[in-house]
Amino acid sequence: MKKAISVNINGATHQSEVEPRLLLVHYIRDVIGLTGTHIGCETSICGACTVMVDGQAVKSCTLLAVQADGAIIKTIEGLATGGELHAVQEGFWEQHGLQCGYCTPGMIIASAQLLDRNPSPTEDEIRHGLDGNLCRCTGYQHIVDAVQYAARKAKA
Amino acid sequence: MASKYVGKRVKRTEDPRLIQGLGHYVDDIKLPDTLHVAFLRSIYAHARITGLDVSEARNAPGVVAVYTGKDVAEKVGPVPCAGALPDLRVPDYRVLARDKVYFVGQPIAAVVATDRYAARDAVDLIMCDYEELPVVVDVEEAAKGGPVIYEEYGDNIAYRLTSGEGDIDAAMAAADRVVKQRIVHQRLAPIAMEPRAVLARYLPGEQELTLWSSTQIPHLLRTQVALMVGIPENKLRVIAPEVGGGFGSKLNVYAEEALLGWISIQLGKPVKWIETRRENIQATIHGRGQVGYVELGCKNDGTITGLRYNVFADMGAYHQLLTPAIPTLTGLMLSGCYKIPAIQMNVTACFTNKMSTDAYRGAGRPEATYVVERAMDIVAAELGMDTTEVRRKNFPAPDEFPFKTATGLFYDSGNYQGALDKALENAGYQKLREEQKRARDEGRLIGIGVSTYVEICALGPSQAMPAGGWESATVRIEPTCKVTVLTGASPHGQGQETSFAQLVAEELGVDLNDVTVIHGDTSIVQYGIGTFGSRATAVGGTAVYNAVQSLKEKASKIAANIMGVDASAVAFSEGVFSAEAAAAVAAGEGTQSEAAPRKVSIQEVALAAHLARQIPPGMEPGLSATNFFEPTNFTFPFGTHIAVVEVDRETGDIKFLRYVAVDDCGKMLNPLLVEGQIHGGIVQALGQALYEEVVYDEQGQIVTGTLMDYAVPKAAHAPRFELDSTETPSPVNPMGVKGVGEAGTIGATPAIVNAVVDALAPFGVRHLDMPIRPESVWKIVNKA
Repeated sequence: MKKAISVNINGATHQSEVEPRLLLVHYIRDVIGLTGTHIGCETSICGACTVMVDGQAVKSCTLLAVQADGAIIKTIEGLATGGELHAVQEGFWEQHGLQCGYCTPGMIIASAQLLDRNPSPTEDEIRHGLDGNLCRCTGYQHIVDAVQYAARKAKA
Repeated sequence: MASKYVGKRVKRTEDPRLIQGLGHYVDDIKLPDTLHVAFLRSIYAHARITGLDVSEARNAPGVVAVYTGKDVAEKVGPVPCAGALPDLRVPDYRVLARDKVYFVGQPIAAVVATDRYAARDAVDLIMCDYEELPVVVDVEEAAKGGPVIYEEYGDNIAYRLTSGEGDIDAAMAAADRVVKQRIVHQRLAPIAMEPRAVLARYLPGEQELTLWSSTQIPHLLRTQVALMVGIPENKLRVIAPEVGGGFGSKLNVYAEEALLGWISIQLGKPVKWIETRRENIQATIHGRGQVGYVELGCKNDGTITGLRYNVFADMGAYHQLLTPAIPTLTGLMLSGCYKIPAIQMNVTACFTNKMSTDAYRGAGRPEATYVVERAMDIVAAELGMDTTEVRRKNFPAPDEFPFKTATGLFYDSGNYQGALDKALENAGYQKLREEQKRARDEGRLIGIGVSTYVEICALGPSQAMPAGGWESATVRIEPTCKVTVLTGASPHGQGQETSFAQLVAEELGVDLNDVTVIHGDTSIVQYGIGTFGSRATAVGGTAVYNAVQSLKEKASKIAANIMGVDASAVAFSEGVFSAEAAAAVAAGEGTQSEAAPRKVSIQEVALAAHLARQIPPGMEPGLSATNFFEPTNFTFPFGTHIAVVEVDRETGDIKFLRYVAVDDCGKMLNPLLVEGQIHGGIVQALGQALYEEVVYDEQGQIVTGTLMDYAVPKAAHAPRFELDSTETPSPVNPMGVKGVGEAGTIGATPAIVNAVVDALAPFGVRHLDMPIRPESVWKIVNKA
């Protein structure tokens, strides 16, 4: 039996009837059509599906859409404001923090939350702070550089 | 002239779409009425299928069709193997299993339904009865006999091969010592962050099939799938859209790709299959999977006399595209960066009840480098020499290139001493050794591991490749002087949309943003080979370079015609064709007093070429050039990697203190991208050295079946890398580039293992098998 939910995604409210078992990530990607959020493992390890749910970075492959009823969600598509890239997005571009780009949306969301919580992280804090996100391409160094760039930018 | 783009750290043009979630990977492409496919896969490693009942699944809600091995047996051809070796046994690899299954994860039936949940549900309604058969998992057991997988062969041998040159017996006899070591290259899962994905759409009216696939080889895939499903190649369009990493795992032709195409033809609707990570670890190719025995003969002064490598190569149950060819690449690179007069490799390639091995970043070459670099350290330990000295002693000198190896290669160019010296200086090697000594006196376990590697790149001359080794490019200057580049390479993270644009913008004197690089669509791009083997820049980039040269030549003739001078008098710089006044006089255009220097911009030439009123008589209109570049040799990048680690006595944990590397990949188009390639490569090597292993139990079940168990390195596992470079141009191509995609993976694994072994040398350790887990380290330190 389908259940009615109401979710605000990137500022727009969506009313939907969904199966109770529908994963939040499938709701975002297949129902709403925002495909920037990716699926990389379905066991909550890789973090490609990370989105912000009520201000918290969450792995949307392990949350049901019905659990997000009433939530305010931000996905990678909603991170830039008024045509301006978020400092973390800019950092990833400036510092070559991505290659294939598949982990990138989740990595950027997780990095943004990391900086929200700790605006001046050490390299070690960045590396541990991104523990929930896997990247197979970059070797992480340029991702660390990207987060540091964003931290500097936010202070400037 | 100072370069504007080439050699510069230009940030990528790919990135704006990717950092905003606006790229399109296969699953992001939504077509109306798309049906979804889910697979029933074997739960046994070796079994006879005694019953298969799909009737309940066929009647399940949302299910449109269910296909079994019997349904497709006569319709879809076998999964192809391009590796050609004498007496190679190639089992018939059907896209869906018929009577028997040979590995866990082998597809048995395909369910097609209106959504992915319904498809997955219906898979559980298929009744499949199995009769379990004896399983062989261990490659050495398979070689000895073990349960025979394919009765018709009588044993489990896929092929045997001996390669190498020189009198190996004499070389060993002439040695003062021969060191021997058993070396395991464990199976690895490539784990591209985007699993495999296929979307197929057949248009019955046009009789055209379009296949979107997360692949590294769109054109080769087109040819093979066309043959497998029986559709004319020119009615099949393969599109590799955004591809979320490959690392060799998508350099293949998979059962699912052909089957999805065939199903779409049957149903006349789009069908999609998105691999789950569990499927990815079960049924996407694995890398490595060799158990070898190395013997290295040396004189007491450290001079190497010969190397023998007897290796058991684990093919898995079937051959995928290049499965049997991978160990031959190991054989090619067994000379490392050393003068070794005699080399012999004896391969025993065996079938096991596991997923196929195939190309994973490095593809046979990391195995070779690891064997040689481990053996060099063992020699150094036996002789009491510094590990760098025994290496230096055996390097060919820079003036000995092209350097012929006893594996039949000619290394194009190199300066191994130069890279080693620079790395030692950057690391402060002598000081590190002193610190290590002091630390040991304090009871701390610090290890310094050095690896000097050479790799074979720019694959490759077609004579040495199973399916063509050239690459193609078309460069087109449009009427508005926007430039379109069509490359047959198929980048999937490497950044050639940027680096090829840099190259073209530099050569044509146009703005970087005026160049668009198109790849991965067989209906738009001329036939190409694809991206693998660190070939895209060295081979594909050279095709781009050559095409641009042809264009410049043609544009120059048009410019000459416009300026009224002889073409030989035209100079071209930063987008402007010019001629001295004298040239106009010489052409009979006016007198000395009237003449002035003449100029015409490339923009004017671009328009003129298309309006075709001012082009020289007889010249074809337009400004487009295509080049198919066939390299005359491989290229051989090299370098030195130095890892400094500390072992925790209490936990066995291994921590990096430093990581210093000097890589030489010839000329660099974009050092920022080169760094990214090296970083990523090193971390994959680090994964092999310390964390990753596809573990099958005795029954052939995968123990490491998800990312909860298969340990891909995380950010905190990697150190900060201190990179530097030397630049020895390749003579093989006009730009002098060599390739860098696999360097990190090849150079780093032995450096890391050598460092851990060095840290544990006080305990008499001279070798450890990968992945070096804290548990085994702890046992050594605590004599458990």
